[in-house]
Formats: sequence, structure tokens, C-alpha cells
Amino acid sequence: MSFFKRMREKFAQQTDAVTERFKQGLAKTRNSFSAAVNDLVKRYRKVNEEFFEELEEILISADVGVSTVLDLIDVLKDEAREKNIQDPNELKSVITDKLAEFLNKGERDTRLNIQEGAMTVILVVGVNGVGKTTTIGKLAYRFVNEGKKVVLAAGDTFRAGAIQQLEVWGERVGADVIKHQEGADPSAVIFDAIQSARSKQADVLICDTAGRLQNKVNLMKELEKVRKVIAREVPNAPHEVLLVLDATTGQNALSQAKVFNEATNVTGIALTKLDGTAKGGIVLAIRHELDIPVKLIGLGEQMEDLQQFDADAFVYSLFSNMLEGEV
Amino acid sequence: MAFEGLADRLQTTLQKIRGKGKLTESDVNEMMREVRLALLEADVNFKVVKDFVKRVKERAIGQEILQSLTPGQQVVKVVHDELKQLMGGEQSKIAVAARPPTVIMMVGLQGAGKTTTSGKLANYLRKKLNRNPLLVAADVYRPAAIDQLKTLGKQLNMPVFSLGDEASPVEIAKQALEKAKEDHHDYVIIDTAGRLHVDEELMQELSDMKEVANPNEIFLVVDAMTGQDAVNVATHFNEQLDVTGVVLTKLDGDTRGGAALSIRAVADTPIKFVGMGEKLDQLEPFHPERMASRILGMGDVLTLIEKAQANIDEQKAKELEKKMRTATFTFDDFLEQLGHVKKMGPLDELIAMIPGANRMKGLKNIQVDEKQLAHVEAIIQSMTREEKMRPEIINASRRKRIAAGSGRPLQEVNRLIKQFEEMKKMMKQITGMQKGKGRKKGGLQFPFMQ
Repeated sequence: MSFFKRMREKFAQQTDAVTERFKQGLAKTRNSFSAAVNDLVKRYRKVNEEFFEELEEILISADVGVSTVLDLIDVLKDEAREKNIQDPNELKSVITDKLAEFLNKGERDTRLNIQEGAMTVILVVGVNGVGKTTTIGKLAYRFVNEGKKVVLAAGDTFRAGAIQQLEVWGERVGADVIKHQEGADPSAVIFDAIQSARSKQADVLICDTAGRLQNKVNLMKELEKVRKVIAREVPNAPHEVLLVLDATTGQNALSQAKVFNEATNVTGIALTKLDGTAKGGIVLAIRHELDIPVKLIGLGEQMEDLQQFDADAFVYSLFSNMLEGEV
Repeated sequence: MAFEGLADRLQTTLQKIRGKGKLTESDVNEMMREVRLALLEADVNFKVVKDFVKRVKERAIGQEILQSLTPGQQVVKVVHDELKQLMGGEQSKIAVAARPPTVIMMVGLQGAGKTTTSGKLANYLRKKLNRNPLLVAADVYRPAAIDQLKTLGKQLNMPVFSLGDEASPVEIAKQALEKAKEDHHDYVIIDTAGRLHVDEELMQELSDMKEVANPNEIFLVVDAMTGQDAVNVATHFNEQLDVTGVVLTKLDGDTRGGAALSIRAVADTPIKFVGMGEKLDQLEPFHPERMASRILGMGDVLTLIEKAQANIDEQKAKELEKKMRTATFTFDDFLEQLGHVKKMGPLDELIAMIPGANRMKGLKNIQVDEKQLAHVEAIIQSMTREEKMRPEIINASRRKRIAAGSGRPLQEVNRLIKQFEEMKKMMKQITGMQKGKGRKKGGLQFPFMQ
């Protein structure tokens, strides 16, 4: 069965809020991407070398990344040859099929690893300006709404105003914030936060950290230490290490994922600002080149706009208007 | 290091043809494909890449290269020239208003680094241009953005104008200008709220602020790691606001920074500054020439020299040179040199600026531990005056004492002394070499490089 048949069946019944949010948040990517593919298909009568070259460009311009694109194009060429597809229109469904296949590759659980009856510790890491603190605020909001007691650790002791920013979020969503003064050792802050969260019998402790570029060796070591402190104080913790990536980032996102993973054993990726970019393609590159699941995506500025990632919903939202009228 | 990936890739490609006497058209095609992929991987916008490759190819296939004796060199030159051209002409300056204050508005997407860059720019204006800027906190949306700017102001010991987060940004801009005139500030830097460029409402607000503040410069702050979208961002802001310059941030990361090329090529907005670190003095003017060299792995020698000149005075350098020649270089001199090197900035950044460093075996991806430097200092400072002057008198019991005094293991003391002696020998050889005496193989080994 083609991907779209399957999807239509899956999503036909549930036009629920989540799918709507996906569709809205990905509107920009969808419009630019499927418009380009549609236009391409219209212009060519036959599938040939130039057709694939242009398709390559469309994918690259969506930040899918060179090596992923080259792999994908190879697969598509093989498929076209095998099935002797000449009509570009026919190739359209092959394209979506293969994209979905790439996204679903090595399908992983995208749910957060939440402990029942014990404290869950979540460590949040990433480079500067990707939206770590905001993501923490939204995550906290979600947990509080589920009736959980949440404690936030102000581990970004470096950037001016970072502690206040987290405090504002704490107040907004109703979570305690454990902090030291600016310039303090982040490991010490996290240590204190663990003790405090424990005595308050918190369900979830979310640890903020300072943004750091992944090529700063000393700063990455600092992060390793923070992780060690958590692992020492709470058995089996951190239960989640979330790497926050900015969806507008280009291919450097892959380098970020690689290096942060080495230092902290990243368990999941939170992709922010997806609604602001027409280039959601980096999701594809991450799935294709790295074995780290995308767990959360930010689809807007509202508190509810941080959503659990769903590969099917993602592809469906991306192509829903492109394959309109097709079965 | 910025652009290193691009440099590496181009280098392997170009190395293949470097040795060749003549180029066939298929050579050129293969090479252009590599150049194209390298640029795309570096996040250069694909349209820009297309034009770029076309231009280079035209020049490459033309007689210019095919008939030249060293085609490899020619291609490097063509690529370099085109890159340079793509990134724009001369280094740009900051405008000065006929009637002060000069107003600079900082705009950009969320998380690009507007607030930090505002602080850096204020510092730059004061330190390099002797100005008296007023920072204005107009980001009333992001939690604690105002606190952030105030903290930066405190660090810089500079006034920050704020009306809290209840006032409208337009009102803030208006009052800030009055305040600046009153207090005789010659520059006003307005930090605005970041936005996703979808947000027309906030865009309108920026336009309104522009109306009121009548800025001489509008700087668009762009994250150097931005992907293909960089072009759209720049175009969009430019259409709405007539951006006068771009500041590229986070270039100290390992991003290849193709965004720099794209923005310059498509949006036709000059890049004026680059952010090179988290500290407030790490804002540097953008040099297209240097950047092009860096892209091609030719090293950023000019910046290195500039840094050295800023930190070492000439008199002392001459003395040092004499000492090196006569091998009367002591631990004291060594300590002083360490101090200079440290002042120039993180070592790994310095090494990355050395031409070809990324291809040298020992230097590639070298990770310099700054702590190691501190240890070396501690050991030297635990020596007596006499020991520093005449290291040869340091015997076993002295070594033990030095180890205890510095809190470092004995082996480390031994290693340092041994390396120091070797370094002295090396210096003799190097200075001897310059006079045309014998050449010896082997690299210069500093005690803090392992």
C-alpha cells in the first residue's frame, strides 16, 4: 500500500487538534516544498537526468543536506529504472513513499522516558540561542498540566539574564526554580536542585544548561561533569538528555548532534522554531544520518505548541496538499 | 573553526589537479561538481552556488587555465577571486550622524544573538572608536531580555535605558533618544525583540520604531549556522526595513558559514561585523579578503599578525629575538611569552589561523588544554630566581621541591624542563637556519602541546 493510502486511512478519522497543529506549524515548509515539486512535475514530460538534478536542488534548498539528498536521489533513480517510470506524475507518489521510508527508518519511540513513582531528571543541552530555556518552560507547562510537581534547575549561570528568564517561566507555569548566582559552578546548581527536588518530592526535575558551541572543548567537558553529577546522585538518571536544535540551522545541526551526543549521550532531539522556517528538511537529515530520535518539535510560540514528534503526521502534513486528489 | 570543512573539501579536490600539467574538460567538470557539493554542504544557498560554479567554470574552461602551466594554482586563484567578489568589496564602516546621536537599531530572528551583539557593539564603539554609546532595552517580549542587557551594561560599566517591559517599544525608542541627547551620548544602540519572520505584527512594530528613531544604521543579526533559509531572512528584513548591514554571529563555532556567502550574494547587504566568541570584546570587523583566504585554507595570517601586534611591543620582541639567537632564553622569558600568547586569545583559535594548520598532522584538530598552561605557569613560578635563570642547576632534590611547591607530579616537572631544553636547542637551530646554516628536520615542540 502506498504511504498516502495508509496515511489517509490513519488520519481521515482523526482531524484532531494535534494533526491540525502539525499542519499549521509546517505550513511554510509544506507550501514551498510541495509547490516546488508540483511545479517541477508539470514542467517535465519525461523523467530524465535534468529532472533529478532539479529535484536534488529542491531537496537541498529545504536543508535536507547533501549526503542524504544524494542517497535519496539514488534510491529514486533505481526505483524509476526498475519500474520503468517515465511519467513524472507517477514518480510523485514514489517520492513521498521514499521520503516517508527515510523518516521512519529505524523507527524509535518518540515518547519521553518518564518514571512512574520516582523522580524523572531531564537534562537540556544545546548551542546558544536555539531556545533551550523556552523549551524547558513549555515542557514544564505540559508536566504541570498533567498534575506533576516540577522543579527547574537554573544551570545556565553564564549568560546574562538567563536565570531571570527561567524564573519568569517558573512563575508562569507554577514550578519552583533552584538557582545560584551568575557565574556559579553549574554542577553545584544541579546538585542542589537534585537535593531540593528530592525533599520536595518533585516528579520531574528539568535542568537548564548554558548554551555552548560544540567545538569548545572545555565547555563540553563542563557538560560531561554536569551529567556525571546527575548520574551519581540519582540512579539511572538523567532519564532524558534532550538536545535542542534550531530548525533554521543548516548542516551544522548534524555536527551539533554528533558532538553533544559524545559528551552527554543524547536520548532525544527537540527541534524548535519549525514554524518559522520553510526548511524542515533537517529532520530528514537527522533521521537518515544519526541514530538519535527526534522527540519533540516546536510548532509555534504558544505553550501548547511543543509537540511530541510523529513521523507519519510530519510527512502527511508536509505533503497533504501536494497529493490532493490522488489515491 | 569557520569554513574549515569547506576548505578541506576544496583542498582535496584541488590537490588532485595540483600536480597535473594539463586539465581536460572532464577534469574541470569533476572539480566543479566537488566545489558545488562543498558549497552546498557549507549551507551556501543553492542558487548562489549555481551561479558561482557557472562563473568559475567559464573562467576555468577558458584558455586562462587550460593553457597555463600550473592549472591547479590557477583554479585556486579563480575560486578565491570569485569567493572574494561574492562576499563583497571593502570592509564596511559604521555611519556617523551629522547631528548626534547616531542611532543603530539591532534586528533579527530569535536566538541570533542580538542582545549579546548589542553589548559587544557598544564595547567596540567605546574601545575602538572612543564613543559614548547608550544601550536601549526595547525587547519587551522575551522574559528577562531587559535584565540580560542590564547585566551586560553593568559588566561594561555602561548606562542602559529601559522603561521595563510594560512600555511599548516605540515609546521606549522615543524616550531613549531624548535621554541620549540630554546625557550627550553620541551613539544609541537599540536592542529590539527577536522574531520569527512570519510575524507581520512584530515586523510592523519594527517599522514603527524605525519611523520614530530614524536610525542611521539597521543591523541585521544573523546566526552563522543558519541554513538555506538565511537568504529569505535577509531578503525579508531588507524589504521591510532597508537593512544597512549584517552582523554574523557564532562564527567561532565549527559551522562552515555558507550563510555569509548567500546573504552577501542575494540580499546585497554588506556584512559589517562577525561575532567570534562569548566574551564582550569578541566582535571583529568583517574582512571579505581574509574570509575568502580562510575558506580556501590559506590561513588567516592577517588576523594573527594583528593580534600579535596588539599584544607584543616591538622593543621586547627585539630583545627576545636576541635571546633566542644567543640561547640565553630563560624560564622567566618563557613565562612572559606564555603571558603574551594567552593575551592573544584561546590557543586553538590561534593555531587555526596558521596557514595549512588544518592539514598538518600534529596540528589538525589539536585540542589545547588551557589548564595545562596554568600548570606550566605554576611549575615555573615554584622555581627560585636562580633556577629560572640557569635551569641546568635544577637537580633531583630541587625538582622534588618544585613539584611539591607547584602541586604537580614530579614527571610533569621533569617533562617541562626537558622540553624547555629542547626548545632552546630548536631556537638556536631556527635562528641559525635563517642565516643560511644547516637545516634540521623536526617540528617546534612547546611544552604545553602533547
